[in-house]
Amino acid sequence: MLRLAALAAGLLLATPAAAVMPDEMLADPAQESRARTISKDLRCVVCQNQSIDDSDAPLAKDLRLLVREQITLGKTDAQVRDYVVARYGNFVLLKPPVEGDTLLLWVGPFAVLILGGIGVLLWQRRRPASAADTPLSDVERAELDRLS
Amino acid sequence: MKRLIFILPIIGFVGLAGFLGYGLTQDPKELPSQLIDRPLPEFALPGIADAPNGGPGLVSASFKGEPRLLNVWASWCAACPQEHPVLERIAAEGFPVYGIAWKDKPEDSRAFLARYGNPYSGMGSDFPGRTAIDLGVTGAPETFVVDKKGRVRFKQIGPISPEIWEGQIKPLMQQLRAEA
Repeated sequence: MLRLAALAAGLLLATPAAAVMPDEMLADPAQESRARTISKDLRCVVCQNQSIDDSDAPLAKDLRLLVREQITLGKTDAQVRDYVVARYGNFVLLKPPVEGDTLLLWVGPFAVLILGGIGVLLWQRRRPASAADTPLSDVERAELDRLS
Repeated sequence: MKRLIFILPIIGFVGLAGFLGYGLTQDPKELPSQLIDRPLPEFALPGIADAPNGGPGLVSASFKGEPRLLNVWASWCAACPQEHPVLERIAAEGFPVYGIAWKDKPEDSRAFLARYGNPYSGMGSDFPGRTAIDLGVTGAPETFVVDKKGRVRFKQIGPISPEIWEGQIKPLMQQLRAEA
């Protein structure tokens, strides 16, 4: 039991390690936390399903440093993001913006939900008065008694 | 009408499967370049020579007057030795190839060129990797086709094979030479 609790505690304490090295960090904690937030939303273009905050790839490190440099230059979060997007395209945003070609991605699930809901409603309405309303026949009642 | 209700989900499924199946044939590693038809980003890189500042380097402003290839490579890049003979052939056919040694120590770049030969008309060293980010480079090798006006017209991700050179890039270079 104790061992299990220790394991559970260990697993709870384990958090995913970020790739940010101490020498990359900014001195100002507020700026550093902004850099971390931006980095978590930027895709590493080498190892495409990781953010640059998670990735150990050299190019991800360069991009982390670039994000921090732009922040120290006084750029806003949006300006920093635009700076990277101008070079690598919307693909680097892990959360793609709502645009013409991403509309299906954003609206698709809701459209399917609504269409499905309409389908279920129509099906419910067209179903003849349900069998639950008609009382059991004597034969059915006898069978039920026998079973219970 | 009744039958349609049963057929519709099948049509929907086949449509979705076709759409996703097409997606599987696309290579997600190939990001479309943001630079197509836009001017080459500004850079002024030191050279790789064993001299103060690496000798003559490479500046973006020199990309004018003739179409050129700009090849981003590195001595640590696995596919670069494979691409190298093609670059030598391109240079031998009279098309200028310029290089950027990306995140590579100048002495390593020099050793690579001493071993495999040097097809480059000019070379810049981007050890900090900032110019590569401005170019939207995702890996080495990558090659940009730059026209007479200094605009990027094409980007090759990964090594140029003899087929890609003959089939795509060479015809484009010839077309760019003919442009005013």
